[in-house]
Amino acid sequence: MKYETVIGLEVHLQLKTKTKAFCGCAIDFGKIPNSGVCPVCLGFPGALPVYNKEALSSAIKVALAFSCQIQEYTKFDRKNYFYPDLPKNYQISQFDLPLSRNGYLDIFSENKAKRIGITRVHLEEDAGKLIHELNASLVDFNRAGVPLLEVVSEPDLNSPQEAFDYLTGLKNIIEYLDVSDCDMEKGSLRCDANISLRPEGAKELGVKAELKNMNSFKGVKDALVFEVSRQTELFEAGQTMVQETRLWDADKGLTISMRNKEGAKDYRYFPDPDLTVFIIDQPMVSQIKAQLPELPREKMRRFTQDYGLSEYDAKILVSSKKDAQFAEECIQRYPGKDKKNIVNWLIGPLLSEANFRKSNLHELTINRDELISLIGFVEDQSISLLSAKLVLTQMIDSQKPAVVIIKENNMLQISDTVELTQIITAVIQENEKSVSSFRAGKINALMFLVGQVMKKSAGKANPKVVGELIKRRLTDA
Amino acid sequence: MSIDKKTVKDVAHLARIELQANELEKLSRQLQDILGFIDQLSTLDIEQVKPASHILPINNVLREDKPHVCLTPDKALENAPSKNGNFFSVPKIIE
Ligand SMILES: [Zn+2]
Repeated sequence: MKYETVIGLEVHLQLKTKTKAFCGCAIDFGKIPNSGVCPVCLGFPGALPVYNKEALSSAIKVALAFSCQIQEYTKFDRKNYFYPDLPKNYQISQFDLPLSRNGYLDIFSENKAKRIGITRVHLEEDAGKLIHELNASLVDFNRAGVPLLEVVSEPDLNSPQEAFDYLTGLKNIIEYLDVSDCDMEKGSLRCDANISLRPEGAKELGVKAELKNMNSFKGVKDALVFEVSRQTELFEAGQTMVQETRLWDADKGLTISMRNKEGAKDYRYFPDPDLTVFIIDQPMVSQIKAQLPELPREKMRRFTQDYGLSEYDAKILVSSKKDAQFAEECIQRYPGKDKKNIVNWLIGPLLSEANFRKSNLHELTINRDELISLIGFVEDQSISLLSAKLVLTQMIDSQKPAVVIIKENNMLQISDTVELTQIITAVIQENEKSVSSFRAGKINALMFLVGQVMKKSAGKANPKVVGELIKRRLTDA
Repeated sequence: MSIDKKTVKDVAHLARIELQANELEKLSRQLQDILGFIDQLSTLDIEQVKPASHILPINNVLREDKPHVCLTPDKALENAPSKNGNFFSVPKIIE
């Protein structure tokens, strides 16, 4: 039987505000343990949490970027459970009245455009950090109370690759908004995945497993790939699935069931009486909307319209905010209205230099104006395209100006007719046979003669000029 | 709502409280009384009243994103039942 994979992702983003969600403790992960704490984030009795204005505004930006409906009336709730990294014995989160609902993220996966629903984006706070020693667990509360956003997707993802592309797209947008570092390895983005299978065509969802402990986008994809095959095997063997949480073990490449401790979770959510409700009216939303930067989709549209980029090329360039910025700077400095040439350079030689160096486009140590000048040398046929690519490599390595490298390597093409005529005369004398075939109408013979001139000039003759000169010589005579 | 012993047991477990059999009996009765008292509210007509989640008619209380002075680690750990260097120390929670 064929199965359909159904995946939904829960993403937690750490907002990069200066201070925590409910207190003024500065957020700095390099600090010594328990130095960035206060009575509020340690959950001391009588402490009063007050939410961070900047965090709220960042959260609204994220919700708007995913086209969510901002809820006019929203509040905080207490999610009650015991764990040593949770000083208050509850996490401040949102339950029935989240900040926003019903958004989406458009992804392009496996050559298909697809809209993935976003159920909700809500506000919450982080817990502390635990370090497990031999006989005890040590707790650092510096991270406790850091503002988090939870972005919950609809179960609209149908393959591990789609999940990967969703995460990449989400990170891309957040990077443009500049509200979170989105670094999974550093924990500023965390992702749990719900996955189930169902017979193709079935309407009802299957029994899901919740996957945790992935620490990279690739880890998420790998864990999902493993789970698809594990669940497929269970189905084939006619076994019933149990709803459970499974931990991804990246080293072993498999998921392990977490023993179910105490049956169904009961978080006893209730409104946090310490925090007021929030009324987010239209003027407030409009004001924040006006602060939104240009997002990848819009930038892509503008690149295609203003600079004549293909959608494919534009997509590559906007996939990183800084790369897009670098590209746009180059495109704007490039003279003239037709930007095709500079775009080809960016998508071609520059991107391959970046890939080769395992870096990003914007990290290439190349002066924008020098790049433009290099392209100019190719356009006026001072150097060949092939030489130009070599010059580019050296420019990045040495940061010398294009013109210096061209001179040092004696790369200037010979376009000077006097100099070329001498070489052409010699070639014509040495290749009588080809000369007569050309006169007899064989075009290939011309190519051969041009090739000979190129050889004699050590590749520096300008082939276009050479071709013209030979043609003129042989037809005139 | 009626409170039976099982409910009290479940709630006690969620609160990590250990109850003796006689306490269970006593608390079930007391909780039932408390709930019964609160239940008087259900006789009110609240058809026209919007649900509230906060007792004060205030909203949007926010603070600027400005750092304050934190506690020193010594101060933060002062009342900790157990500590290790600058860390709080708790019984080991994973095997
Ligand atoms: Zn604090």
